[in-house]
Amino acid sequence: MLTIAFYILSALTISSALMVLFSKSPIYSVLWLVICFFSITGHYILLDAHFLAIVNLIVYAGAIMVLFLYVIMLMNLNKESEPQKPVWLKFASVITGCLLMIVLAGALKGYSELPPAAITEDFGTAKGVGKVLFTEFLMPFEVASILFITAMVGAVILAKKHVND
Amino acid sequence: MENITQFTGALTINHYLFLSSVLFSIGVMGVLLRRNFIIIFMCVELMLNAVNILLAAFSRYNGNQSGQVFVFFIMVVAAAEVAVGLAILVMIFRNIRTTDINALKNLKW
Repeated sequence: MLTIAFYILSALTISSALMVLFSKSPIYSVLWLVICFFSITGHYILLDAHFLAIVNLIVYAGAIMVLFLYVIMLMNLNKESEPQKPVWLKFASVITGCLLMIVLAGALKGYSELPPAAITEDFGTAKGVGKVLFTEFLMPFEVASILFITAMVGAVILAKKHVND
Repeated sequence: MENITQFTGALTINHYLFLSSVLFSIGVMGVLLRRNFIIIFMCVELMLNAVNILLAAFSRYNGNQSGQVFVFFIMVVAAAEVAVGLAILVMIFRNIRTTDINALKNLKW
């Protein structure tokens, strides 16, 4: 039952990721990427990472993808303005990607068949992850807030229109 | 909360290893294949997510929640990176009026 769910979700993930690459219009690429992130949320649920599933849904599929969509609409991109590569270069890049996949799969094939470990009741929930986050990883968590402020200020400064005077 | 995969042994870590290597390769393929710099940026996000799945899978199969905290931090850094990156891309677009990555090849050789 769970294996079937895994295979369905994987097929959805991989096919939508491929559609991101091969759709002509950038808007469609973003929408396929949203579907891809939704199926990745499904994988997190299968892996008992309930907190990560919700965070992935809100942050990635919600915030980041809306940001991409806004930027594409602001730039007024469509199928006609889309730059294209020559066909031989496309073939070369597809072959390169397939070769990388073969190398990765071959290198990881002999990994041990690790069974899932026994886990506690609050594994992966907001309670369990929060406990680890606020005890072991408190310092990086605080540093992340500084990173966010820096990124916010930087984004505003970069995107602002410079007035020539 | 009920743990979903407690009673199953059919799904091994190899499934997740293979899935995330396929997703990562698709991301690399996208970076090589497309010329629009926004699509290239999206493919980088795809590669980050492939790594996130693998970290969550190893965290589940080792029974250690630190891996999920790492995924959380990767998401934090990715959100900041997307904000700054898109601001840079908007600025570049305002200057050169195109999304073609080939217009920015002065540092190539």
